[in-house]
Amino acid sequence: MGREVVQPPQQQQQQQTVPYTVEQLVAVNPYNPDILPDLENYVNEQVSSQTYSLDANLCLLRLYQFEPERMSTQIVARILVKALMAMPAPDFSLCLFLIPERVQMEEQFKTLIVLSHYLETGRFRQFWDEAAKSRHIVEAVPGFEQAIQAYAIHVLSLTYQKVPRPVLAEAINIEGLSLDKFLEHQVANCGWILEKGHGRGQLIVLPRSEFNHPELKKNNADGIPFDHIARIFPILG
Amino acid sequence: MANFDHDDAPPNSAAPPPPASSDALGYDPNFVPDSVKSFVVHLYRHIREKNVYEIHQMYETSFQTLSERLFKDTPWPSVDAVAHYVDNDHVFCLLYREMWFRHLYARLSPTLKQRIDSWDNYCSLFQVVLHGVVNMQLPNQWLWDMVDEFVYQFQSFCQYRAKMKNKTEQEIALLTQFDQAWNVYGVLNFLQALVEKSMIVQILEQEKEGLEQFTSTDGYDYNGGSNVLKVLGYFSMVGLLRVHCLLGDYHTGLKCLQPIDISQQGVYTSVIGSHITTIYHYGFANLMLRRYVEAIREFNKILLYIYKTKQYHQKSPQYEQILKKNEQMYALLAICLSLCPQVKLVEETVNSQLREKYGEKMIRMQRYDDEAFAIYDELFSYACPKFITPSAPSFEEPLVNYNQDAYRLQLKLFLYEVKQQQLLSGVRTFLKVYSTISLGKLANYMEVDEPTLRTILMTYKHKTHAVDGDGKIISNADLDFYIDDDMIHVVESRPAKRYGDYFLRQIVKLEGVINDVDRIKLE
Repeated sequence: MGREVVQPPQQQQQQQTVPYTVEQLVAVNPYNPDILPDLENYVNEQVSSQTYSLDANLCLLRLYQFEPERMSTQIVARILVKALMAMPAPDFSLCLFLIPERVQMEEQFKTLIVLSHYLETGRFRQFWDEAAKSRHIVEAVPGFEQAIQAYAIHVLSLTYQKVPRPVLAEAINIEGLSLDKFLEHQVANCGWILEKGHGRGQLIVLPRSEFNHPELKKNNADGIPFDHIARIFPILG
Repeated sequence: MANFDHDDAPPNSAAPPPPASSDALGYDPNFVPDSVKSFVVHLYRHIREKNVYEIHQMYETSFQTLSERLFKDTPWPSVDAVAHYVDNDHVFCLLYREMWFRHLYARLSPTLKQRIDSWDNYCSLFQVVLHGVVNMQLPNQWLWDMVDEFVYQFQSFCQYRAKMKNKTEQEIALLTQFDQAWNVYGVLNFLQALVEKSMIVQILEQEKEGLEQFTSTDGYDYNGGSNVLKVLGYFSMVGLLRVHCLLGDYHTGLKCLQPIDISQQGVYTSVIGSHITTIYHYGFANLMLRRYVEAIREFNKILLYIYKTKQYHQKSPQYEQILKKNEQMYALLAICLSLCPQVKLVEETVNSQLREKYGEKMIRMQRYDDEAFAIYDELFSYACPKFITPSAPSFEEPLVNYNQDAYRLQLKLFLYEVKQQQLLSGVRTFLKVYSTISLGKLANYMEVDEPTLRTILMTYKHKTHAVDGDGKIISNADLDFYIDDDMIHVVESRPAKRYGDYFLRQIVKLEGVINDVDRIKLE
């Protein structure tokens, strides 16, 4: 019926002397407690190099979940800030699902959860106020402001064809001359158009998409895959 | 036979669990009735002769019948007692023990020692499959049951271990001594090893190019080879999805399932238990990722399938489980549709079943008061997977139960999401009756100020536009709008009519009729 071939499972690993990148480690060997320090370093690297890997960070949170005594709350906080920066993707919730409730009770995590709540519910004014109070958490991660501004612009672009200047200003937390400069840049590079609103200042025309111009929604529902047509070839021929 | 997610056995209260032998007086593990002797002898022969049909009959029918008749509340005879009827075949004994434990888990409550022994048996069995040369051909049903039971016993062990309060000193000593039993790394690495060693991902990839046959043969090998590793590897992807859902890691779970194209029939649909487990967890993970349309679509499909086919499973040992998962998926569908009212995606029969079961609750869920939250809580708690805490407890602190921790966390985060969406059904109601409305007027109706209304509208947009696996934005909105300065323009999305499929079917049908007519000879 079968016989066993004696082959110690470690044999394979010993042969692999070529160093792996962290991404490869996660892909090849995701359930290995030994890669935990590499993953922690990788979080710091993502922070300093302004890169991001959800898969690697979830892998690390999973290892923390398996061995809570090895958890570093400082690393967890960094992962969560990076996850906030990945909005509108649901990464922040994905991380929270893996972090024990008692850890989430810590002050710094409570703050991050509040920040996430404001972003999830489009309350940018409150978000920027709260973020200003917690500089020590968010300023440790370069690119934070720009990432949130990009998310704000994403939500505004889903919602508005033309957005009043003050609404934009509040959402991205830029005002006055800096806002003028920002707008100039967006006009030149991202297809924004400035218009005069009826009497009450500026309107910004955001780029057209299927979300703010629903008529653009491609109706490919009536497309037919080729292999379906292929089925009736014999009949047609 | 599949144990997918059956309820945990009643907790062994304060008293230590009685050893299995005293469960039923007179159980003699060494006594082998003739019918059992004949069962193992025949099963062994059919396995050696690779007679999949007969193996399947014995596995699905005879094993059940004998269990029902002779082993209703005792275990089967021990493996040592039957071994000499089957040439002491190592692999057969492992398979027999796997069934032995499965029967024990389903009908009695396993002791800690038995849980540990069952783990050891899985280790030996999977080691043989992974590192040995197995030349058997086993029915898909059986291979699915192995993976399914393996994950179930892991889940059951975590739940058992988490109830620390009533553990005896002896149990704690055993838990510390055998800390590798049902260790989460071990469980995940076995499933992962089966996926990798079977090369199933590559096989499915090559199948797309026509270089390999797997789905068309239901995973069986008709060239004298074995299907065991391949199919175990295939089902292990579903096993990984399930384990990750139990851990609350929905993103990774879906990633593990990715090689299987669930928009099509596949080997996973060849076994009803596997079909249901796959879609249940797939749908649940999508619900937690806010991809409601995807969840609704798949729940709808499988619920319709169960509705149409459940009469064929009435006699199956899985029937009760099918019904239970069916009910749970209706509850999940009710949740999805309350958060994302895309009723058009739901087929009429499914919809009428849903209304019958949850119609009244769904109306109340739209209200977003305390009672509505209580219903979300109730449906989620009823229908969610049995979440686990995978880490071992500390045996030194005062012993506390933590078996509810994982569930409570997932529930809390889910209800948090529901709360964030609480104003959306109100705004939807208003938008439904206008084609254009000014922000000021709508703010007035909703009794909020204009800035607040703007945030609500942005929340609506954000929550109805999910990010899919490739980072693309997908709209889940039944009702969409855009704002031009301070005027809201409402656009109701119309269901796209699909003429293509209709015409294709009619062309094929017409061809059939013409062929039939051609065949008629007129005298």
